[in-house]
Amino acid sequence: MSPHTSTRTRTGLGVAALAVLPLAVLAVFFVLPVAGMVARGFFSDGSFDPGAVLEVLGRPRTQRVLWFTVWSAAAATVVTVLIGLPLAFVLHRLRFPGRRVLRAFVLMPFVMPTVVVGVAFRTLLVPSGPLGGLHLDGTPAAIVAAMVFFNLAVVARTVGVLWEGLDRRREEAAAALGASPWQVFRTVTLPALTPAVVSAASVVFLFCATSFGVVLTLGGLRYATVETEIYLLTTQLLDLRAASALSVLQLVAVCALLYLAQRTRSAREQTLDRAGVRETARRPRRRDAPVLVVAGLGLLLLVGPLATLVVGSLRDSDGWTLDHYRALATTGEGGALLVPASQALANSWRVAVDATLLAMLLGVLVSLTVSRQVPGRAGRHGLAAIDAVFMLPLGVSAVTLGFGFLITLDRPPLDLRGSALLVPVAQALVALPLVVRTLAPVLRSVDPRQRQAAASLGASPARVLLSVDLPALWRPLLAATGFAFAVSLGEFGATSFLTRPERPTLPVVIYQLISRPGEQNLGMALAASVVLGLLIVAVMTLVERLRLGAVGSF
Amino acid sequence: MLRTRDLTVRFDGAAAPAVDGVDLDLPTGQVLAVLGPSGSGKSTLLRAVAGLETLARGTVSWDDADVTDVPTHRRGFALMFQDGQLFAHQSVAGNVGYPLRLRRTPRPVVARRVEELLELVGLPGFGARSTSGLSGGERQRVALARSLAVEPRLLLLDEPLSALDRGLRERLARDLRDILVAAGTTALLVTHDQEEAFAVADRMALVRAGRVVQSGTVDAVWHHPVDADAARFLGYATVLDGEAAHRVLAAGGAADATGQVALRRSALALGFDGPLRGRVLSARATPDAVRLTVDVEGVGEVHAVADEDRPGAAAPGVGHDVRLVVDLTRTARLGGF
Repeated sequence: MSPHTSTRTRTGLGVAALAVLPLAVLAVFFVLPVAGMVARGFFSDGSFDPGAVLEVLGRPRTQRVLWFTVWSAAAATVVTVLIGLPLAFVLHRLRFPGRRVLRAFVLMPFVMPTVVVGVAFRTLLVPSGPLGGLHLDGTPAAIVAAMVFFNLAVVARTVGVLWEGLDRRREEAAAALGASPWQVFRTVTLPALTPAVVSAASVVFLFCATSFGVVLTLGGLRYATVETEIYLLTTQLLDLRAASALSVLQLVAVCALLYLAQRTRSAREQTLDRAGVRETARRPRRRDAPVLVVAGLGLLLLVGPLATLVVGSLRDSDGWTLDHYRALATTGEGGALLVPASQALANSWRVAVDATLLAMLLGVLVSLTVSRQVPGRAGRHGLAAIDAVFMLPLGVSAVTLGFGFLITLDRPPLDLRGSALLVPVAQALVALPLVVRTLAPVLRSVDPRQRQAAASLGASPARVLLSVDLPALWRPLLAATGFAFAVSLGEFGATSFLTRPERPTLPVVIYQLISRPGEQNLGMALAASVVLGLLIVAVMTLVERLRLGAVGSF
Repeated sequence: MLRTRDLTVRFDGAAAPAVDGVDLDLPTGQVLAVLGPSGSGKSTLLRAVAGLETLARGTVSWDDADVTDVPTHRRGFALMFQDGQLFAHQSVAGNVGYPLRLRRTPRPVVARRVEELLELVGLPGFGARSTSGLSGGERQRVALARSLAVEPRLLLLDEPLSALDRGLRERLARDLRDILVAAGTTALLVTHDQEEAFAVADRMALVRAGRVVQSGTVDAVWHHPVDADAARFLGYATVLDGEAAHRVLAAGGAADATGQVALRRSALALGFDGPLRGRVLSARATPDAVRLTVDVEGVGEVHAVADEDRPGAAAPGVGHDVRLVVDLTRTARLGGF
């Protein structure tokens, strides 16, 4: 073996060693449940029987659900992109006071608990609510609006960060060649943004098509997506075969979409032409008015539900009151809950700490792995595969994951049904892709020659990590920690499957409260939503203060 | 012709204006080089002429029509950047034909014109290539062809050659001059490289801290720098004043031996009968001549050359006493003209 080959082999082995723990966790807590679910769909009584899957897909209700899932997600995606582009422009290409605060604000909905958002839209749209006159309560329009609310941040961020980095001079060159502002946008700016728009749109579509909390709270029984249908089939109708058939279908669709998104993303990384330190933002001009109006509408869409939520939590039939907040220490009207909401908040906090620790441990290992430079084509492909695999939990619905946990981790040697570990693990897997998306680009941006320089000066591999990688990484690390924590606090899909009745998290409690009758219970749900929202806003403000523009971009 | 009056650009939070009351006149068909060190506001000046900066004060006009409030895309001034700013999603032909397509030129006409332009800039047959495979010089040629495609009234060039290496820069500067003359283009060129300005321009304006400190024909500015800083920036090696200047001028046989004088490296040369005496401080051989620094009596430390052709000029060692002659054609009297 030549010295060269031995170095190469060593590098390869080192990288593989880094990835062992995350891969093992992924195998047990992701691949196993998902495989179990697939098996449940295709095998009956120990024999291969795909007929059952086809039978489920042939049901009229399934087809209705599929159609609704696709068109509502498509509609929401289109609207999100149409509003998100002007918003991205305003937040990232215009300079005005309060821009930073607005950017942080736009990011909030993305980590807001889905249930909270559902409740907020309900309060806004119910006949007695501020927009009751529009008669949108219980309509698909409400669901689509809520999906837009959620995902505006994804488009505004992903496109905005790229837009901010685009060299303004290219547009200026086109203008000097005679292109009107609209022609500049169409022929120069839009082609440059297209990969980010496609990438963002595919992620938004993914999130919309797998959204659970908002559909469950806003759609009731009339409107169901694949995601809520799986939940319904599992928990109410106990038709596990149909549930797993739908899960398989969803998994396939999600994988295909993720693959496409990944391809546009890598195409974009090749052609990116950054402006560097040059400030590309300018002050608003009069002709920006139409764009500002659309962006303002987008912001209203974000502010409206949240404002209603806050106001609703502070009012009852007699006027302003703090009673709903006081009620958080109780189990609700008519004993709606098993434990007081305050207890659920404490549970949420503890679970989120555990989940964050786990997500960070795995996320750092994965990021270090996928950002290494491995010689050889096979090595590069291997890393790309690892990168893709750890993105999977992003698209595989939380409900599917939770369901998979239920049917595979319920017997020896892995009987974890009663374990307090299950919820944190599931939440960590949900947060993991976001952690990797935050850390890996930073690590990749470290010039490998810096590591080589350190090594040539006599630094051991550990020392190189300490003196080259860590200084670049500590801020993203803190940011990712905050992000993971916020996501975990708000997680509802998987948690609703896995949580034990006596130890619910706050989002679960909120859902229980709005499912019960009673004005006091609704008020309490609003108050709990506000508390949870504030907690997440606080965490995200800290994250935004770290000034990492790229957090939350895909 | 292009005329700016009292052109002033102010950036938020900056104490001084980036461009401060600039008056420029550029007759049609000529090339004006705005020459200044980095940070002198010359690029901002160019962008202001293009309509890309908001003016605090002043006007830009073309043939007596005020274009100050005309948006960039209607001015008919093409702008070419230092790094070309080619559109990566289009081929070479796509880039060059871009301004023609904006004007809805029929496709066969575009194709023919693109071919002509590529010919003009020395890249015949490059049309189908992708822009990513081009060298720096080729990129700039494509950018130039794109700028010339619609025969702009005025071509604005922002350091068009600065990103290229030296040999290529010199060759391309000559080509650029030829292409501009052949196309009869009026051009405003901004650069920090005096060689580039000399090679390409008819007229020159020196900019410092946002103000034009001197302007005129290239020849006039070169021979009569307005002050010591201007002279050093134009490439003069040494500026002398007072007694030192007087001694050098007198030694060169000048009729009027007062005022400041700027010396090129080769203004002083070794000569055994020379009127100036000094001691060699350092000597370094270059391909053209041996470059010396000499401590000259009554003058101080100056640059000089040992010209191999001059009798008695064999390169001396450090510490040797030498005599120097003055070549007045390689000096410039300061104070403008």
